Amino acid sequence: MKVLVAVKHVLDYNIMPRIKQDGSDVDITGNKMGINPFDEIAVEEAVRLKERGIVKEIIAVSIGAENSKDTLRHALAMGADRAVLIQTDAALQPLGVAKLLKAIVEKEQPDLILLGKQAIDDDSGQTGQMLSALLGTGQSTFASAINIKDGEIEVTREVDTGNETVSIKLPAVVTSDLRLNEPRFLKLPNLMMAKKKPIETIVASELGIDFSPRLKQTKVAEPPVRKPGVLVASVAELVEKLRIEKVLP
Amino acid sequence: MSILILAEHDGKQLKQSTRQAVTAAAVWQLPIHILVAAEHADVVAKEAASISNVARVIKVEAAHFSHPLAEDVSAVLIKLAPEYKVILGGHTALSKSVLPRVAALLDVAMLSDVIQITAPATYVRPIYAGNIFATVESSDSTQVLTVRGTSFEVAADGGNAEIIRIEAPAANTTTRWIKEEKNVSDRPELASAHVVISGGRSLGEQFNSLLDPIAHKLNAAVGATRACVDAGFAPNDIQVGQTGTVVAPELYIAVGISGAMQHIAGIKDSKVIVAINHDPDAPIFKYADYGLVADLFKALPELNAALN
Ligand SMILES: Cc1cc2nc3c(=O)[nH]c(=O)nc-3n(C[C@H](O)[C@H](O)[C@H](O)COP(=O)(O)OP(=O)(O)OC[C@H]3O[C@@H](n4cnc5c(N)ncnc54)[C@H](O)[C@@H]3O)c2cc1C
Ligand SMILES: Cc1cc2nc3c(=O)[nH]c(=O)nc-3n(C[C@H](O)[C@H](O)[C@H](O)COP(=O)(O)OP(=O)(O)OC[C@H]3O[C@@H](n4cnc5c(N)ncnc54)[C@H](O)[C@@H]3O)c2cc1C
Repeated sequence: MKVLVAVKHVLDYNIMPRIKQDGSDVDITGNKMGINPFDEIAVEEAVRLKERGIVKEIIAVSIGAENSKDTLRHALAMGADRAVLIQTDAALQPLGVAKLLKAIVEKEQPDLILLGKQAIDDDSGQTGQMLSALLGTGQSTFASAINIKDGEIEVTREVDTGNETVSIKLPAVVTSDLRLNEPRFLKLPNLMMAKKKPIETIVASELGIDFSPRLKQTKVAEPPVRKPGVLVASVAELVEKLRIEKVLP
Repeated sequence: MSILILAEHDGKQLKQSTRQAVTAAAVWQLPIHILVAAEHADVVAKEAASISNVARVIKVEAAHFSHPLAEDVSAVLIKLAPEYKVILGGHTALSKSVLPRVAALLDVAMLSDVIQITAPATYVRPIYAGNIFATVESSDSTQVLTVRGTSFEVAADGGNAEIIRIEAPAANTTTRWIKEEKNVSDRPELASAHVVISGGRSLGEQFNSLLDPIAHKLNAAVGATRACVDAGFAPNDIQVGQTGTVVAPELYIAVGISGAMQHIAGIKDSKVIVAINHDPDAPIFKYADYGLVADLFKALPELNAALN
């Protein structure tokens, strides 16, 4: 079977984002970028399914500017077979991304579509569900374990009260949570090999899809800062302070 | 036009997130309706009808709602959508799974985890693990959003809404519910507790034995870092942070927690933050109102004794 994995090129998760001087947006120029951690988990899962002989082909897809190719190369180095960049310099929002992904799904006809449960920049957590709705397939969000058999995928999902298991007919859309797996370290030879693999590029504006932003970001700001704290010398002093604050009985 | 809230419940009782969504919805000054999808909806519908400021409760009952699936719940919302200006829910696993489907099928954008609303359509929401607050405007005909519970008060009782019943669309044919494993705890709910005590992976196998007695005395919820959950010392549903639960208690006690920004994202709105860590340079001390540099294996038993 064939798996399509959506991978997003995002600001490295260790980097504290800066705001542009005019307060209009986050300034990511010159910062370290990389694959969205949840998408790395999605790619890892696809590669493991391939190693188990369940999956034949893995296609990684990213939507964005030219530099998203770095993230596609990361996916190729992990074990994806092909990579597709839907190229655009335009602002992207989940609905637009879902519509563009739908076009690729219709072309490639994968049996399974894996995404991250959220992208760590915009923290929306919408794209997978939107794609599933547009395709009319079943969905499962927050996957922490999957098992494929008899044309269905069984997914254990992390919900507010524990775990839930559902079974979905393929093709299906599944979004990965952190505990689905632990992505492998990239080996240098694999990275070198990935550099040589071709990346298919499709110009987004030529797909005839309206993916223009619906939301207008008018301002970004830093959240209010907390007042500086104090160090206490002992548990006794801590308890005393908290009683004065009236947060301890 | 009215506002529709997707109720979150366990079949017997509404979750607090539903009442917080009612408070958020009040900003539009439009009639507020609540949708209760359940196998047997009577009890929950009555509770929803008694919330102050709620005008109507819509019951939709079917066997397949005993464990609601996103595909089925979104079908109900799509059926009702033409009558509504705003469709919203708490930022819970259910709404996070359902509402993006609804938005896509209505061909509108969605706003996740909104912390502030200026009617009719300006929102503030955290991005980049809560390090940045973005102000966003939507011009879509229907507004679809989830709201962060800790940013809105819990709506009280005092209402007397009408309750109506609608037919459920047929169950979807793609997805089946198989089973659930609930982590039962007699501690208060993490998202709404007045006191939360959280541990990092350094607590190891002693996670429960060290934290539970203190949590019991303080009537506190217990939380954990992702590293601690990954190591198997705590269940996943008590993870606090960017990708876990966001908390805003009166008192947050962080024990043996480094203070990575993904964890801080979930605790910033706590009134008082206490950190216990043996490394004086741990980033958590930058966010703590009170910091104690100490070995947790010594400090926790001491704290437990001091609370007697
Ligand atoms: C008002 C506003 C203005 C914005 N302006 C800009 C801007 O100018 N430039 C800009 O870059 N961003 C901009 N953004 C951010 C951008 O909208 C989001 O990054 C984008 O909508 C995707 O949302 P998300 O990444 O949070 O998706 P989520 O739904 O959180 O992502 C879930 C999963 O979907 C997949 N996915 C998401 N996006 C992609 C992608 N591009 N390619 C492949 N897979 C993907 C991944 O698997 C990901 O794990 C703006 C956002 C808003 C609200
Ligand atoms: C995409 C993504 C999302 C994430 N989401 C979350 C999230 O939602 N929530 C979350 O928590 N994390 C999240 N993380 C992980 C996060 O980055 C950190 O790795 C994690 O919070 C660290 O957990 P920790 O503090 O328990 O462990 P560590 O980083 O190992 O820190 C242990 C701390 O304990 C202290 N310590 C050790 N022994 C003792 C002792 N005897 N006495 C006192 N102190 C001691 C150490 O000094 C250290 O500061 C996410 C990461 C990624 C990439």
